[in-house]
Amino acid sequence: MDPILGYPTIVGTRIASEFESWREDRYAAVPERKGELHSTMSGVEVEPLDTPDTVQVAYARDLGYPGEYPFTRGVYPSMYRGQLWTMRQFAGFGTAKETNERFRYLLEHGQTGLSTAFDMPTLMGYDSDHARSLGEVGREGVAVDSLDDMNTLFAGIPLAEVSTSMTINSPAAMLLAFYICVAEGQGTSRDQLRGTAQTDILKEYIAQKEWIFPPEPSMRLVTDMVEFCAKEMPLWHPISISGYHIREAGSTAAQELAFTLADGFAYVDAGIERGLDVDEFAPRLSFFFNAHLDFFEEIAKYRAARRIWAREMREKYGAKNPRSWLMRFHAQTAGVSLTAQQPELNIVRTAIEALAAVLGGTQSLHTNSFDEALALPTENAVRIALRTQQVIAHESGVTHSIDPLGGSYHVEHLTNELERQAYDYFDQIKLRGGVVAAIKENFFQSEIAEAAYRYQGELERGERVVVGVNRYTLEDEVQPELLRVDPALEREQIDRVQAMRARRDSQAVEQALTRLKQDAAHEDRNLMHPIIDASRIHVTMGEMCDALREVWGTWRETPMF
Amino acid sequence: MLRIVVAKVGLDGHDRGAKIIARSLRDAGMEVIYTGLHQTPEQIVATVIQEDADAVGISILSGAHMTLIPLILDQLRENDAADVLVLVGGTIPNDDADELKAAGVAAVFTPGTPTRAIVEFLRGASIA
Repeated sequence: MDPILGYPTIVGTRIASEFESWREDRYAAVPERKGELHSTMSGVEVEPLDTPDTVQVAYARDLGYPGEYPFTRGVYPSMYRGQLWTMRQFAGFGTAKETNERFRYLLEHGQTGLSTAFDMPTLMGYDSDHARSLGEVGREGVAVDSLDDMNTLFAGIPLAEVSTSMTINSPAAMLLAFYICVAEGQGTSRDQLRGTAQTDILKEYIAQKEWIFPPEPSMRLVTDMVEFCAKEMPLWHPISISGYHIREAGSTAAQELAFTLADGFAYVDAGIERGLDVDEFAPRLSFFFNAHLDFFEEIAKYRAARRIWAREMREKYGAKNPRSWLMRFHAQTAGVSLTAQQPELNIVRTAIEALAAVLGGTQSLHTNSFDEALALPTENAVRIALRTQQVIAHESGVTHSIDPLGGSYHVEHLTNELERQAYDYFDQIKLRGGVVAAIKENFFQSEIAEAAYRYQGELERGERVVVGVNRYTLEDEVQPELLRVDPALEREQIDRVQAMRARRDSQAVEQALTRLKQDAAHEDRNLMHPIIDASRIHVTMGEMCDALREVWGTWRETPMF
Repeated sequence: MLRIVVAKVGLDGHDRGAKIIARSLRDAGMEVIYTGLHQTPEQIVATVIQEDADAVGISILSGAHMTLIPLILDQLRENDAADVLVLVGGTIPNDDADELKAAGVAAVFTPGTPTRAIVEFLRGASIA
């Protein structure tokens, strides 16, 4: 036994020299295939064989048991033997009424949680009748302007019984306030509500680019939500710290891992600075990662993420509650890996990605539909995507053993390597003065653009193959039937919000907005309270955002490429 | 030397494609002006005119292309800039691409297009 590492010492010079001679005499005797790279998608060189010589693992320190520190093997002791992951398909298009129908369809087909996609104007804090919303209402998600729309969106769905995820960032506080008010109408108090608001503004500046305010007031609003949820919504996840969009923007797996964790630590710092005890809010922080095609690298990424988070939360932040150490995450298959060419192949890609997320121990999963490189998904395509998860869960047998790839020399090697790269990035971010400072000097944005450009070059030189795109192509492909969002819905939604404005008590609305502006100018006031009060009397999301724009100004990124 | 404006119209923040195209065109020896995100049709047309561009490449992945692209075409005409070559890139269904081309868009490039195809198209197009 190795006294420090606590596991039988198998890394000896005898084996090492055997490995070297195998590598030189046996492996090198057969030439490698030429043309395609032998590195991961992210550019990590892969050895043809991993052995005890290429990976150092101390079982107790680095892996441990599921449900125990450092959680590398999973956050729960029984993992999928106890409970399967939540199958949570993201949905939203058109008006609240259409999306409510899609929600009910998914619930009827065995989905176990709701996930809401909002349209671009909602993400950017514009009401549907704003000039900037032209042509975008209900296109990429559902349009929600006020409590009125939120009531329609969740009509007939008891909020006490479902968990709901909302992909909303800059105006997250307003949408959470609407949700609280819908629940009040159903007789459900806010402390019973289960779900997640994404609220991760840092990754907006880094990658998704749906922002309103400059970083500092945005962080204040996020921290207001964290504080409010810590005190009043014990079952709600106020932030879903997201690597998904970072990856979609073109980052490597290591960048996704590093930037997401760095964002997570920035929120923890902000909470502590606010005066909260880390254990008051850290147990409710959750994560959201991409599930991309490079199978083993993805599995390693999730495992490394859990280990780093647990270690930093316990050792650096001194969190005492083991739930503060747990990284629970949602995963979504990679939208960017879907091809417009031979789109049926996307079903296969999505299955591979979903399997990686499951083998990596995800808590919930969205599988993309095969037609999403072309348009929003049809009902048929969404059903196949959901069924893909069900096949993995019930037919493949991968749920029987927890972290079945733990101990694989290759997966442990990649896990260590990604962890090392993440710590390198933490150092670089620290040198730049932290996440917000690094955003302002375009650090993350340049790193991602560089990685995306490198990958594109590899693709165009044929060093990476995408089936149906740069090899095995077809002439004259016929597009499948696509979902069309009726352009008339935009007009309907505009009429709806304008009619609602005419109905309400305009004096009360003015007062609510004045109070919001006053409170925004005072750092020590939590804005959730004036936002909830305004929501209840049908102040719109856009009006609240406009009020805050007046006080805080807006953000514009310096364009670079 | 070809001068091209690469523009992101509307509210979508998907700038991976636009940045790769901008850089590829620059590497191919063209002069590239990138507008950055969240531009209105008016802002894009103003940039095209101010920069005296030969072409404008508009990236859009929000689904709002049938509303926003025709506005850009109209405003280019109104500003005597109808000779500027308009290219569109993004998630554009085939039927919409045909309609946009009929309205005056020179080419529509969808996901999976190699950047060299865009470079070759621009070089082949008869630009003054």
